[in-house]
Amino acid sequence: MASYIPYTGEERQAMLKAVGLDSIDQLYDVVPESVRVKDLDLPEGMSELEVGRVMADMAEKDKIFRSIFRGAGAYRHFIPAIVKTVTSKEEFLTAYTPYQAEISQGVLQSIFEYQTQMCELTGMDVSNASVYDGASAAAEAVFMCQERKKSAVVFSGAVNPQVLRVVKTYCESRQVPVTVIPPKGTATDLEALKAAIADDTAAVYVQSPNYYGVIEDMDAVVEAAHAKKAKVIMGCNPIALGLLKTPGEYGADIAVGEGQPLGMPLAFGGPYLGFMTCKQAMMRKLPGRIVGETADHDGNRAYVLTLQAREQHIRREKASSNICSNQALCAMTASVYLAAMGPKGLRQAAESSAAHAHYLADQIAPLGFGRKDPDQPFFHEFLTECPMDPDELCKKLEPYGILGGLPVDGGILWCCTECNDKADIDRLVAALKEVCGK
Amino acid sequence: MSVIPAELKYTKSHEWVKEEDGVFVIGLTDYAQSALGDLVFVNLPEEGDAVTAGEAFSDVESVKAVSDVFSPVTGEVCAINEELLDNPALINEAPYDAWLVKVQNVSDTEELLDAAAYEAVVAAEEA
Amino acid sequence: MKLLFERSRPGRGMDLLPPCDVPAVSFDAALLRDSAPRLPEIAEVDLGRHYTELAKQTHGVNDGFYPLGSCTMKYNPRVDEETASLPGFTQIHPLQPLDTVQGCLEVLWKSEQLLTEITGMDAVTYQPAAGAHGEYTGLLLIRCYHQSRGDTARTKIIVPDSAHGTNPASATMAGFKVVSVPSNEMGGVDLDALRAAVGPDTAGLMLTNPNTVGLFDPNILEITQIIHDAGGLCYYDGANLNAIMGHVRPGDMGFDCVHVNLHKTFATPHGGGGPGSGPVGCKDFLAPFLPSPRVKKAGDSYEFFDPEQSMGKVRSFYGNFLVVVKALTYILSLGKEGIPAASAGAVLNANYLMKKLAGHYDMSFNTLCMHEFVMTLEKLAHDTGVTAMDVAKRLLDFGMHPPTMYFPLIVHEALMVEPTETESPETLDEAAEVFLKILEEAKSDPESLHHAPHDCAIGRPDEVTAARNPILRYDFGA
Repeated sequence: MASYIPYTGEERQAMLKAVGLDSIDQLYDVVPESVRVKDLDLPEGMSELEVGRVMADMAEKDKIFRSIFRGAGAYRHFIPAIVKTVTSKEEFLTAYTPYQAEISQGVLQSIFEYQTQMCELTGMDVSNASVYDGASAAAEAVFMCQERKKSAVVFSGAVNPQVLRVVKTYCESRQVPVTVIPPKGTATDLEALKAAIADDTAAVYVQSPNYYGVIEDMDAVVEAAHAKKAKVIMGCNPIALGLLKTPGEYGADIAVGEGQPLGMPLAFGGPYLGFMTCKQAMMRKLPGRIVGETADHDGNRAYVLTLQAREQHIRREKASSNICSNQALCAMTASVYLAAMGPKGLRQAAESSAAHAHYLADQIAPLGFGRKDPDQPFFHEFLTECPMDPDELCKKLEPYGILGGLPVDGGILWCCTECNDKADIDRLVAALKEVCGK
Repeated sequence: MSVIPAELKYTKSHEWVKEEDGVFVIGLTDYAQSALGDLVFVNLPEEGDAVTAGEAFSDVESVKAVSDVFSPVTGEVCAINEELLDNPALINEAPYDAWLVKVQNVSDTEELLDAAAYEAVVAAEEA
Repeated sequence: MKLLFERSRPGRGMDLLPPCDVPAVSFDAALLRDSAPRLPEIAEVDLGRHYTELAKQTHGVNDGFYPLGSCTMKYNPRVDEETASLPGFTQIHPLQPLDTVQGCLEVLWKSEQLLTEITGMDAVTYQPAAGAHGEYTGLLLIRCYHQSRGDTARTKIIVPDSAHGTNPASATMAGFKVVSVPSNEMGGVDLDALRAAVGPDTAGLMLTNPNTVGLFDPNILEITQIIHDAGGLCYYDGANLNAIMGHVRPGDMGFDCVHVNLHKTFATPHGGGGPGSGPVGCKDFLAPFLPSPRVKKAGDSYEFFDPEQSMGKVRSFYGNFLVVVKALTYILSLGKEGIPAASAGAVLNANYLMKKLAGHYDMSFNTLCMHEFVMTLEKLAHDTGVTAMDVAKRLLDFGMHPPTMYFPLIVHEALMVEPTETESPETLDEAAEVFLKILEEAKSDPESLHHAPHDCAIGRPDEVTAARNPILRYDFGA
């Protein structure tokens, strides 16, 4: 049994004596007898050797796929070795939120660097220190846009359904009306979206590349929203931003997204990273921690948590968000990743992901996996027909060590990254031929 | 010792008020700015917004606190001091020049204190 | 310290990816960004050294005593990091077929079983990513419950004035109005005030117990009864669970739902502010409203299912899964004996340190405390001008992280000390000596304390300028 208490039983007795007690039980005398735990129904504790084995046995029951052609909100990208090395440093790992700036310059500076990188990536002015994940970032962004006379939010139905579900959950309790515009094929229905934007529309949310991988006509979205003085929240993929036009360039007001592709493993869904950036005018509405540069009394450059009066610990029930923690270590992961990749490496990852996805699309189209809406431009994901039951197809690919695309709407949503090289794709194509009997 | 100009009216919640031809100019007193410390941001209403006597219409932020500012009158905001949005320190430097809002169409007024009465309020709080 | 961007030199970088082996895509130029993001271009050696330098300027639990009240900065066991690095957990796509993720589901299911036992609840979701996120989720449970009964008049959440600021903020986010009730002279809930506050509009109560001054509220059963009698539900904020786990359970005290901070009580590292994990537990009657999906065991295998009246989702996928792996490793390590031993150790350490300081520093309450205690430096500040802030900053010079300052709000010049169970008596003795030394300095040379710290990388930063003229990103110049 471990408890990570450093002292012995005898030492404990001496400490008890020092506080004037005879037994540990006396520490809990204040607890009503009727609710004291008599018999805690937990297993016996374990040694490190034993617990390591038990956990490894559990991990063993999961199947690690050699090839992954599935994304839909979680992406396997290459992770440079230095990322894990840096983020495993105990100082970063075991520190709390950097309230004490004098002994936290390291973590504060790293967040400042992260904020700068996210602004560069999205083409926006201001970034926070991150939130829980891309979906909660979208919900927080909706709340940022709330004004006295404008509350409603219009969502493209072509966004990631998990993001939509989280936003709806958040908005329900705040009584923020959410209108979802069903997609036209695999892209946002721009006409319907435009028609749905009214005077009380606070924000319009469109994701590009969208859930189906399609690069949306964001210029049209921004024009339609701003015509009605509604804010534009653009959901983005951070790898795509190494190549594609940025939310800033489109004129969006807020950019949010799932930062997991920036150096975080798939990890069955978390920890991930929600990033949020915005235009200068919305700076004080941005939720969560923000790090700013200042100086100490000797004029040394210093970093601090700033704009804290926005936050829950000061505003209490008047705060616009309750968020306390960010995903600091995940933000650092993204920052190290971006520094290691550099502008060229990031662009290379984006180009390679797109190129392999387009190669895959070309290769499987003749096998009955024709792309839906073949005229729409796409990045590294695309939706195809499926000549057999999609779930059954994926099941049959498993023995090949291949995780096929995600069954979606009767079709299959495929994804490639730079990790899927030509040989990998050719193996998939060969497997599909066998499985489909062609 | 805080400054309390004799020609102004005051509230117990430390706002000052000056009436000019039916328009009420509202700001924070010297005592208030000193108690709040260095102000870093001011949230102001918009022109045309309605304010209600006794209710908060604005808040001011210091590094580690945020405080409501209460309206002494019921009416409609006809001007805001936009300079404060860029430079909230003006409130610390010259509280009686750094007005927050001007209110017109005033239909109701809280009981306002004269300088002597307000001085007593401040003295009581300082004790 | 130089910023990444100041170390950047054009053309430098690392050789990470192979040339693309399929034809490039020629996107329409209108879809492409105009210029590359100004990410740093740095060689691997310089990048490594950059972060080593940053690490040296970061104080973690492994750098020294970290008695930050209400944050439970206990030691983070290494084996937990190791199990969370197993490829069978890290390389699993969250949307893999269920038969290929049985190990992950087992982690979630087992963790749920263990946490329900520790909290006295019937069901747990691991979806919330942090404590505040858990609070929000728990309050949505309460909201869904009342709405399911058509009881739409219950719009108010009662929160003691001693509560952490997240409680009222979470209640507002969940669409409730907040009613603050005053504390009694022991920092506990004032029963009369509570009775006066409840009514047909009471949705529920949010409470930590032990409370934020580190005392267990002996009236707890009466408190939860008052709320239940009024038709409200009781929410337990698990921030202080490390005081009582294994000794008394929120579920037995009358609470209907609870959030737990895995990054506090269950020893997962804080990572400089996250990722944490804020699982929410509830009684059976609230389980149908939990976020989707939940895990169940069917025969020998595990499945996901959607609770029938689910609130929806509060986060994508299933929460911060790897943090749950770490916590599961920790709970399995401690087990039946280790869990209550850990909390008892936390309480003993707090009392031991408090005893050493009492008589020198004023305590907010002179009684046995739970896992933390609150000192009030009001008199010291009055007599010498030395504030809680000054003492906290001086502690930095001794390689010690200060206690939580100026919280709870109901205690003036507060320093909230939480040693945790993973500190030895020598560490506590040394900390006490440092506190006493600073007290002497406060009396002999108060001026010097106003300028503390003296030996850190920087002096006190100018927070006013930071907030008045925010510089939130590096300026690349023209």
